This record gives sequence, structure tokens and C-alpha cells, in this order.
Amino acid sequence: MSAILIIFYVLAAITLSTAFLTIYSKNPIHSAIYLVICFFSIAGHYLLFNAQFLAIVHIIVYSGAIMILFLFTIMLMNLNKEDEVHKPRITRLGAIVVFCVLSAVLITIFINSKTIVGDYDTTGEDFQSIKKLGKILLNEYMVPFEFASVLLLVAMIGTVLLSKKEKTNK
Amino acid sequence: MNNILDIVGIENYIFLSVLLFCIGVFGVLYRRNAIIVFMSIEIMLNAVNLLFVAFSTYHQDAEGQVFVFFSMAVAAAEVAVGLAILVSIFRNLGSIDIANLKNLKG
Repeated sequence: MSAILIIFYVLAAITLSTAFLTIYSKNPIHSAIYLVICFFSIAGHYLLFNAQFLAIVHIIVYSGAIMILFLFTIMLMNLNKEDEVHKPRITRLGAIVVFCVLSAVLITIFINSKTIVGDYDTTGEDFQSIKKLGKILLNEYMVPFEFASVLLLVAMIGTVLLSKKEKTNK
Repeated sequence: MNNILDIVGIENYIFLSVLLFCIGVFGVLYRRNAIIVFMSIEIMLNAVNLLFVAFSTYHQDAEGQVFVFFSMAVAAAEVAVGLAILVSIFRNLGSIDIANLKNLKG
């Protein structure tokens, strides 16, 4: 058992358990903290793939920006108390059944997927360094890249419009 | 370090992503707090991103990583707008329990 395999199993265990705890914990603040740990472990997976650019962007965007947004919203709504009423038992049972059935079906589908996905391609050449990704992003994917900035601008305007206090028209 | 998939295997990453995605689905169905539902959606997006990167490494092709990059940009925009909608729902209703949002129920 090599070191990389052990690292993978530890990271996978952290990812799955913190994702589950995110859903299971009653306090939304605890959920947000568990989600941060989950995102960091996924960034660890990216580093294991040697995808440095995505690992850094993932930490900045998800663990930084998105989780700060979540935490600020939770604090803004004063939700850090545990007063959530649970769903009726039949709905919770249904959720558990859906979880088991969906994971069983998907895993059985993918368990023999080797013939579909093809073989592992080991050319060994550099394809995912920041230099290569930047060249691809600004040559082939120039237009979508610019549209992503337009999308972010529209999202910013929309957020400001939505969260602005409405004037009472008297 | 380049032969990570030789050691771990693509199957393990597929199983990890499937389980993570199913945990996200479970969260959407199990909880009533709209913020936790949002977090579950983020978990699902991350599961798919992880599989994208795994297959990008598997085929030694950078386009999967470019797709993950765009998906992250869209996720950031989605979270910003979604949380703004949640804040305005909270202002109007006083709670973000999704059981209260049934105005469209006939």
C-alpha cells in the first residue's frame, strides 16, 4: 500500500464524512464550517491530480468567497440557533431510501465502466500546468472566458438589485 | 506523481464522486433549511467537478479542467444570486423554512 493510496483514502474519508456532517448537524454555522473542511479536502484531491491551478482557484473561490457569503448570510438572518422543525418521518425515510437506491444504482452502473471510458492515457507530457491552461483559456476558449466575466457582472448587479431594500410606496 | 491514476484507479474516484453526489441529493431531500439545501447543491457541483478533473487526468486532456473553471465561475454567480434571493425571502416571510414557500401550490 503506497503512500499516495493512503493519502487518497484519508482525503476521501474526510470529504465524505464532512459532507455528511454538513447535512446532519443542526446548527447552520457548524454546517458551514464542515463544508469548508469538505472543500479543502477536495482541493487536496485536485493537488493529488497535480492540477495546481484548479486547486488554488478552488480554495480561493469556494473556501474563500462562497463560504464567506454563506457565513455572512447565516449571521445576517440570525440563524445560529437550533430551532428547525424536522420534516415528517415519512419524508425523511423517503430521503434515506432515495440515497441508498441512487447510490446503489449509480455504483452498479459505473462498476464495469472500464470498457466505455477507455484506457488510461499516459503520454506523460505536461498538459495541466498554469502556463498550458492559460494558453488554452485565452486561445480556444477566449469567447466563453469573456462571457464568464459578463455573467459575473450580471450576477453582481442582480444581487445588488435583489438585496436592496424595497421602497414602500405610500 | 504523474501516474496518480495508475496507483489509485479511476474507479475509486468514480465511487467517491457518486457517493458525494448522493450525499448532496440526500441533503436536498432531508433538510428544510434553505441554506443547507444550497450547501447540498454546492456539494453536488463539487462532486461533478471532481469527476471532471479525474477524467481530464485520465485522458491527459486539459479541456476538462477548462470546463471546471467555467463551472466554478457559474457556481459563484449562482450562489451570490441565490443567497440574495434567500435574504429577500427572509425579509418577507421571517424564516427560510422551505415548507413555508408554498404560495404556488394550487
